Amino acid sequence: MDLHKLSGWEIAGKIKAKKLSFEEVFDYFHNRIIKFNPQLNAVVRWFDKPLEFNRNSDSPLAGVPIVIKDNICLKGKETTCASRILKGFVSPYDSTVVQKLKNAGLQILGAANMDEFAFGSSCETSCYGPVKNPWDKTRVPGGSSGGSAAVVSAGLSPVSLGSDTGGSIRQPASFCGVCGLKPTYGKVSRYGLIAFGSSFDQIGPFSRDIQDCLYLLNIISGKDPKDSTSVQAEPLKNLSVQDISGLCIGVPKEYFIEGLSEDVDKTIRQALSFFKNNGAVIKEISLPSTEYSVAVYYILASSEASSNLSRFDGIKYGHREKAESLSEVYFKTRAKGFGREAKRRIMLGTFSLSSGYYEAYYLKALKARQLIKEDFKAAFKKCDLMITPTSPTAAFKIGEKLDNPLSMYLSDIFTISASLAGLPALSVPCGFTSQGLPVGMQIIGNYFQEEMLFNLAGFYQKNTDWHKKIPQEYE
Amino acid sequence: MNNFEPVIGLEVHIQLNTETKIFCSCPNSFGDEPNTNICPVCVGLPGVLPVFNQRVLDLGIAVSLGLNCRIAKEFIFERKNYFYPDLPKDYQISQYMVPLGSDGFIEINSRKIKIKRVHMEEDAGKLIHTQNGSLVDFNRAGVPLLEIVSEPDIFSAQEAYQYLNELKLTIQYIGASSCDMEKGFLRCDANVSLRRQGDKELGVKVEVKNMNSFKAVRDALSYEIKRQANVLSKGGRIYQETRLWEENKQKTIVMRSKEEAHDYRYFPEPDLVRFFVSDSQIENAEQSLPELPPAKRKKFREFYKLREKDSEVLISNPKAAAFFEQACRNRDDFQNIANWVIGPLQEALNTSSIGFEEAKIKPADLLKIIDMVADGGLNNIAAKNVLAEVVNTGGDISEIVEKKNLRQVSDESSLEEFARQAIEESPKAVKDFYSGKENAIMFLVGVVMRKSKGRANPKIVKGVIERRLKNAQS
Ligand SMILES: [Zn+2]
Repeated sequence: MDLHKLSGWEIAGKIKAKKLSFEEVFDYFHNRIIKFNPQLNAVVRWFDKPLEFNRNSDSPLAGVPIVIKDNICLKGKETTCASRILKGFVSPYDSTVVQKLKNAGLQILGAANMDEFAFGSSCETSCYGPVKNPWDKTRVPGGSSGGSAAVVSAGLSPVSLGSDTGGSIRQPASFCGVCGLKPTYGKVSRYGLIAFGSSFDQIGPFSRDIQDCLYLLNIISGKDPKDSTSVQAEPLKNLSVQDISGLCIGVPKEYFIEGLSEDVDKTIRQALSFFKNNGAVIKEISLPSTEYSVAVYYILASSEASSNLSRFDGIKYGHREKAESLSEVYFKTRAKGFGREAKRRIMLGTFSLSSGYYEAYYLKALKARQLIKEDFKAAFKKCDLMITPTSPTAAFKIGEKLDNPLSMYLSDIFTISASLAGLPALSVPCGFTSQGLPVGMQIIGNYFQEEMLFNLAGFYQKNTDWHKKIPQEYE
Repeated sequence: MNNFEPVIGLEVHIQLNTETKIFCSCPNSFGDEPNTNICPVCVGLPGVLPVFNQRVLDLGIAVSLGLNCRIAKEFIFERKNYFYPDLPKDYQISQYMVPLGSDGFIEINSRKIKIKRVHMEEDAGKLIHTQNGSLVDFNRAGVPLLEIVSEPDIFSAQEAYQYLNELKLTIQYIGASSCDMEKGFLRCDANVSLRRQGDKELGVKVEVKNMNSFKAVRDALSYEIKRQANVLSKGGRIYQETRLWEENKQKTIVMRSKEEAHDYRYFPEPDLVRFFVSDSQIENAEQSLPELPPAKRKKFREFYKLREKDSEVLISNPKAAAFFEQACRNRDDFQNIANWVIGPLQEALNTSSIGFEEAKIKPADLLKIIDMVADGGLNNIAAKNVLAEVVNTGGDISEIVEKKNLRQVSDESSLEEFARQAIEESPKAVKDFYSGKENAIMFLVGVVMRKSKGRANPKIVKGVIERRLKNAQS
C-alpha cells in the first residue's frame, strides 16, 4: 500500500479499523526516511522507534507519524536548531506541542533540518548542510522550515511541524507544494520552541491535505499556563466546504509589484478567478505601510534574536571552545558556534538596541509595526480574508541568494506583514510554474479566524488537485 | 572639607520572601545544596518561557505603598542584556521605563527623603570559585527582588545610615522580606558626589559597591566623602567610576571607569504580557497594610506614653513591638510591661540566642510573671529563671514555678533560721554593721538569698536580719 499518498487522517482511520498497526505505519515512513533522506537532507535525526505516545488516543490523527523541526524541544533527545553551538544539547523537557502530539497519539519520527536558528529562507544556513527541494534537487526548499516542508512534499511523513517568524512555514510550503499554516500569534504555545523572535514566533502544521492541517492545529493549540502570551480559543470545527458565495476576498494591490514573477502572478490570478467563478467577491484593497514591513521586521526580529541567543554562551550547555579567560570563552565559543547569518542577525539586533540607536531603529520600527497592524484592521473592515502570493518567485537555485542577504530577505516580502500583525496565514499549493515548480497562494485572515482560512482552502482542494501532486521521484 | 556638601543616592535590592521564584514554581529558599531549587525556566534552558508570580506583585505594591509611592496602573517587564556566567539567559528580566512604584519618600529627622522608583526583577545565580575553577549555583536565579532607588536626596553618611534602617524597618513591618544583609536578602550600592556649598548642580558621582552592612555603608560613604573632598580641595578632578569598599582596609578602590560601563540594551520583554493594576487592587493593598513605623511611634508616644528610648527599642524589632502591644491589650501599666519586654525577656532570649519569632512564651505568660512579682509570689531572680525556661518550652507559668520550687518565701518564721545562720557565719559583716556600716546588712541578705536558693523575699529578709541584729545589741 502506498501510505505516503494517503492523508494523515486516512492513515489514522485505517489504524482505528485495525487494517494497519502503529508499527507498520511507523516502519513504512521510517524506511522512506532512510531511503530518501540522503538525497534530500531534510531530516537531521530520526528514531528507530517512535517516542513514547498515547496508544489509546481517539484523536483524528492517532498513530500518524510526524516530523518536527529541530528547534522544538524533545525530552531526552538532542535539539540543536541546526547550529554547531547547540550540538550535544539534550533537552530535559518536552515542549508543550510535543506533549500534546504524544497525548494525541502521534508517532514522532525525527527532527527536521532548518536554517540555523530559523535565520534564513532557503535552509542553506544549517550546520548539517542544505536541504534539497524534492521537486528539483538543485533548488532550495525554502526556509527556515524547509526540512519540515520537504518531508511532507516527498512523502517521508504525512505531516510535520515547523515554526514561522516572518514566513518560515508559508514560504517553504509554497516552494515545496504543500500546505503550511502560521497560526494567530498566541494560538499555539511557544513553550519549548527555541526562540528567534519571541513576539513573532509561532509553531504551525504542514500537510498536503488541508484537513490534516486543521486536525493538527486543533491538537497543538490552546492556552498554556507555561506561555503567558498564549491565548485560549475554541477548537476549530470540521471543514465546511460547500459554499463560498458572497465571501469577500481582498487582494492587496501592494503585493502585485515589480519583482513578482510572471508565473506566480498568473497562477495566483487563476486561483482568484476560480474563487470569483464560484461566487466569491474579489476586491482590491490597500495595505499602504507594506513597503516598510521588511525593514521593520528585520530590525525587530533581529533585536529580539540578539537577546534570545545570548544564552548560548558556552557556560551551561552545548558547545564550548577551550579558552583562558571568561571573555575568551564567550568570544571563541560564539565565534565558532554561530554561522554567518546568525552572527549577522545578532550584530544587526545588538546595533538596533544600542544606546544612541534605539530610538532611531528599534523604537521607530515598533511604531511602524503598529501602523502595519492598523492597515490590516482597516482592510478587514472591507473584506473577510485576503489572498496574496506567498513568495514573489518559485524555489530558487541553491547558492543563488546565499551571498546576497538583501535579496534573500526579500523572498519573505509577502509573508512578513502578517507576522508583524500577528495574523493567521496559510499557504496552499495552487499550481506550477512553466518549469514545473510549485506555487503557493497565501490566505491571510483576521485574528483567530483560522477556520475561515481552512474552509476556503478546503473548498479549493475539493475542486482542484494541486495538493495531490507528488514529485515524480517520490511517487 | 567644610566647603563641600555631599549628595548621596542609594540603590537597595531586597529579596522578597515569596514561596516560589518570580518566573517559575521553584521554591524560593536559602541555604540549600547548590542547584537543587532549579528547573529549566530559571536555568534559562533553550525554549523556556517566564510566567509571572502574582505574589511578587502583591508584595511589590505593598512595599511601594509603604514607601509612599505612586503605583503604575499599567506596566511591562524589560530585558537588561549583559553577559555573566551567573546570569542564565545572559539577560535579566527587570523593569526599566515604568517602575511599579515611583515618587515616594521616607521620613527621617522630620525630612522627607525622596524615593525615585521601586521595581521588580529577578535575581541572578551565584559564582563559587574553587581551586579547580569556577562553579555556578543557580538556586538564587529567579528569586524575586525589589530594587528601591532613592533620589540624590541624602546629605550625609549618617543620614544614609538612618535611611537604610528606616527602609529596612518599613519592609519588615510589611513582611515582604527579612532584609537580612548577611544572607544577601538586602544589598545596597551608593552614589556619592560633592558640590560646593550653595551650588545647585550635582558634582561628578562615584558609585560605591561591596558594602556588607549598614555600618559599612556609613563607613564607606564617610571615607568616600573625605577622599573626594581631599581631591577637590587640592584642585583635582573626580572621575565618574565604580569603586569597591574594602572592609579590611577601610577604603574604596577603583573597580571600573565610566568608559567600561555597560550598555544594557533594555527592550520590552516579549515573553510576558502587559500587566494592569486596578484601583481596587491598590485600595485593598492600602487597607491591608500594617501599621508602619511612623504611626507606631506616634502611638507609642501618645497612647502608651513610653519613654522615647524604650519606644524606639521596641519599634526597631517588629516582633518585639507586636509582643508588647499584645501584652498591653487589657492593661494600663504600659511602661512596666515595656520594661519587662526590653529587659528580662530580651535578656532571656539573648541567653538562649533566639528571637521573638521563635520564642515559645506568650504575652499572657509574661503578664502572669509580672503579676506574680508584683504580689510577692516571685522575686526577680526567680522570674528570670522562669523566663529562661518558658521562652524555650512554653507552658503554664504556675506549674513551672511549682515544679522548680521557685515560689517566693515571704513568711518571716520560715526565714528566721536562715537569718540566724547568716549572722552566725558572718562575724565580719556583723562587726561592720555595729560599727555603723549600714550597707553591711546587704551582704547578710545575700547570704540568706543563697541559702534559700533565691526564693526568699529580700525585703522581708532585710527586716528580719535588722530586727535580730538590733535585738542582739540591746
Ligand atoms: Zn525554576
